[in-house]
Amino acid sequence: MTTFAEARVWVVGANQPVRSIRAAIDLASNGDTIRVRPGTYREGNLIVEKQLHFFGEGWPVLDGENKYEIFTVHAPGGSISGFQFRDTGIASIEDLAAIKMLESTRWRISGNRFDNCFFGIYLANSSHIWIEDNVLTSNAEAEHQIGNGIHLWKCHHATIQNNRVAGHRDGIYFEFVTQSLILNNHSERNMRYGLHFMFSHDDEYHGNTFLNNGAGVAVMYTKGVKMTGNTFIHNWGSSAYGLLLKDIRDSEISNNRFAENSVGIFMEGSSRNQFSQNEFQANGYAIRLQASCDDNAFEENNFRQNTFDVVTNGSLVLNRIARNYWDRYDGYDLDRDRVGDVPYRPVSLYGTLVERMPVAVLLWRSFLVFLLDRTERAVPVMTPENLKDEKPAMRPYDLR
Amino acid sequence: MTRVLKYVFYDLLRTRFILVYTLFLWFLTFALFQFDSDAGKVVLSLMNVALLVVPLVSVVFTTIHYFNSYEFIELMLAQPIHRRAVFLSEYLGVASSLVMAFLLGVGMPVALFGAGTAGLALVFSGTMLTLVFVSLAFLSSVLTQDKAKAIGVALLFWFYFSLIYDGILLWVVYTFSDYPLEKITLGLVALNPVDLARIILLLQLDISALMGYTGAFYQKFFGSAAGMLFSSLTLLLWVLLPLWAATRIFQKKDL
Repeated sequence: MTTFAEARVWVVGANQPVRSIRAAIDLASNGDTIRVRPGTYREGNLIVEKQLHFFGEGWPVLDGENKYEIFTVHAPGGSISGFQFRDTGIASIEDLAAIKMLESTRWRISGNRFDNCFFGIYLANSSHIWIEDNVLTSNAEAEHQIGNGIHLWKCHHATIQNNRVAGHRDGIYFEFVTQSLILNNHSERNMRYGLHFMFSHDDEYHGNTFLNNGAGVAVMYTKGVKMTGNTFIHNWGSSAYGLLLKDIRDSEISNNRFAENSVGIFMEGSSRNQFSQNEFQANGYAIRLQASCDDNAFEENNFRQNTFDVVTNGSLVLNRIARNYWDRYDGYDLDRDRVGDVPYRPVSLYGTLVERMPVAVLLWRSFLVFLLDRTERAVPVMTPENLKDEKPAMRPYDLR
Repeated sequence: MTRVLKYVFYDLLRTRFILVYTLFLWFLTFALFQFDSDAGKVVLSLMNVALLVVPLVSVVFTTIHYFNSYEFIELMLAQPIHRRAVFLSEYLGVASSLVMAFLLGVGMPVALFGAGTAGLALVFSGTMLTLVFVSLAFLSSVLTQDKAKAIGVALLFWFYFSLIYDGILLWVVYTFSDYPLEKITLGLVALNPVDLARIILLLQLDISALMGYTGAFYQKFFGSAAGMLFSSLTLLLWVLLPLWAATRIFQKKDL
C-alpha cells in the first residue's frame, strides 16, 4: 500500500525526462501527481486505472484528433484539472468522451476546458464525484452529431457546480442519479435540453441558468427533487418549454424565474408538488397544466405579462391555486388586507378553445377573441369552474 | 382625369380631418415607441390600430366624403368627362390621402425607430386595409341613396369583417374540429382581408412560436414566395373587386 508521504510528482513535457502522459501513467503509482507542461498532446486514448492527480500547467491541450476518447478512468480517487480537451472522436455506437469515468469514486474534475468534444464528461456507475468550474463548448449543427456536455448515468453523491455548457445535445444529463447536487451552472444554446433529468430521485438543483436551449429543461419520472433559485430564460420555439415536468412527485419548485419561454412550465402526470414564490414573466403560456396532474399547490407566485396564465385540457381540477399575484386581475380589495375580494380565473376561454382545437389559434388577437374572453371572465361557461385563485394577491411579491 | 383628381385631393387636404387623423396616428405611434423600447411589442399594439381603427376611419370618412362631394360629382358629370374618370378620381383622391396619412402617421415613425420586417408587414397591411375599406365604402355609397343608409352599410362591412366573420370561422372550426382544417382555413382566411392581414402580421412577430402546428403550417405557407404572392394578390383582389363593382354600378346609376 502506498501512503501519502511516498507520493511522487511526475512532470510531463517536451523538454522533460517524461515526454508523454501515457508514460507517466505507466511509471506512476497510486497517489502520485502528474504535472503536464504546456503543449499539445496527441496520445489517443489514455486509460487510467490508478489513483492519480493530473494537473495541467498553462492549459496543455489534449487533442483527440477527431478519433479517440481522451481519458478513460476506472479507479478510486483522484483529480483532473487545468487541461484543455479538444476534438474527441464522434461515434454513433460508442459514447466517446473527453473524460469518461467508469465505476470510479472520489474524483474531482475541475477547471478544465472542453472544445468540440462529443461527450464532455461522462460518468457511469460512479459516486462522490465533484465536477466544478469547467467550460464545455461545442459548435455542432445537428443533434445526432453531438453528445451531452456533462452526462451521468447510474451515479450517486455527485456535485456539479459552476460549470458552463454550451452547444451540446443536452447540457447536463442525469439518468438514475440520486442524492446529487447541481449548483450555479450555466447551460446555454444546447440542441435539446439544458438539463435532462430522468429517474433521478432526491436531487437538488439550485441557482442554475438555462438559457436559449432547444427545448428547455426536462425533468421526468422522478420523486423528491428540489428545484430552487434557477433561471429559465428564452427557451423559445414551437416545441420549447422552460421546464417540462413529466411524472414528478413530491418535489419542490420554488424561487425560480421563468421569463420569455414559449411555455413556462408544462406538466403532466405529476402529483404532490409544491410551486411557490416563482416569477413567471413574459412567457407564452406561464403554466400548461394537464388534467393528469393532481394535488399540486401553486402558491405565492407572480404572473406578469404572460400571453396565457394557465391552460388546461380538462374540466376536473385537483390542484390548489392560492395567493398568487396576477397582473390581469381586475378585482378589488375593500377591506384592504391586500387580498382580492373576488376570485381570479387564470384560465381564459380562448386558451381553453385553443387547447381543444389547435386550429382556433388562427383567431389569436382578433377582436372577437378579446370580447369572448371578457364575457367568459364575467360568467364562466366553458372554462373549468373550480380552477380559480380564491385569494389573489393585490400586489406582486418581492421575489429574489 | 388628373385634373379632377387634383381638385379632389386638394379639397381633401383642406378639410382638417386628414390632418387630425395623421397627427393622431403619429402621436400614438411615437408614444408607443417612447413607452416601450421593444419594437416587436409596439408593432403588436399598433396591430390593433391597423386592424380596427384604420378600417373604421376609412369606411366612415369615405362614405361621408362621397355624399359631401355629391354636388361636385354632379357638376363634374355635367362636363364632357367619362363617368368612370370622375369616379376613379374620387376613389384615388380619398385612397391616396388616407394612405398618405397612414404612411406619415405610422410608417414614418416605424421606419425611424427601425422595427424590421414586422414593421414593414404592419405598414403593408395597414396600407392594404385602407385601400380595401375605401373600396368597400364606395361600394356601399353607390348601393344606397342617402348618407345615413350608406354609413350604415359601410359600418356593417366593417363589423362583418372584424367581428362577425371571425365568429363564423370559430363556429366552422368548432364544428369540424375532428378534421384536418389547415388548408380549408387558409381558404377561409383569404375571404376576410382583416384576418389575412392579421395573420401575415402575427407570423412576422416571434410570438408565432406559440401558434403550434397550425402556426408552423401557416408560417411555411406564407413564408414561401408563392404564399407571399398569394396573400398580396388576395389583398389586391379585395381592393379591386369592390372597386370594379362600385364603378359598374356608378356608371349605370341614375344620380
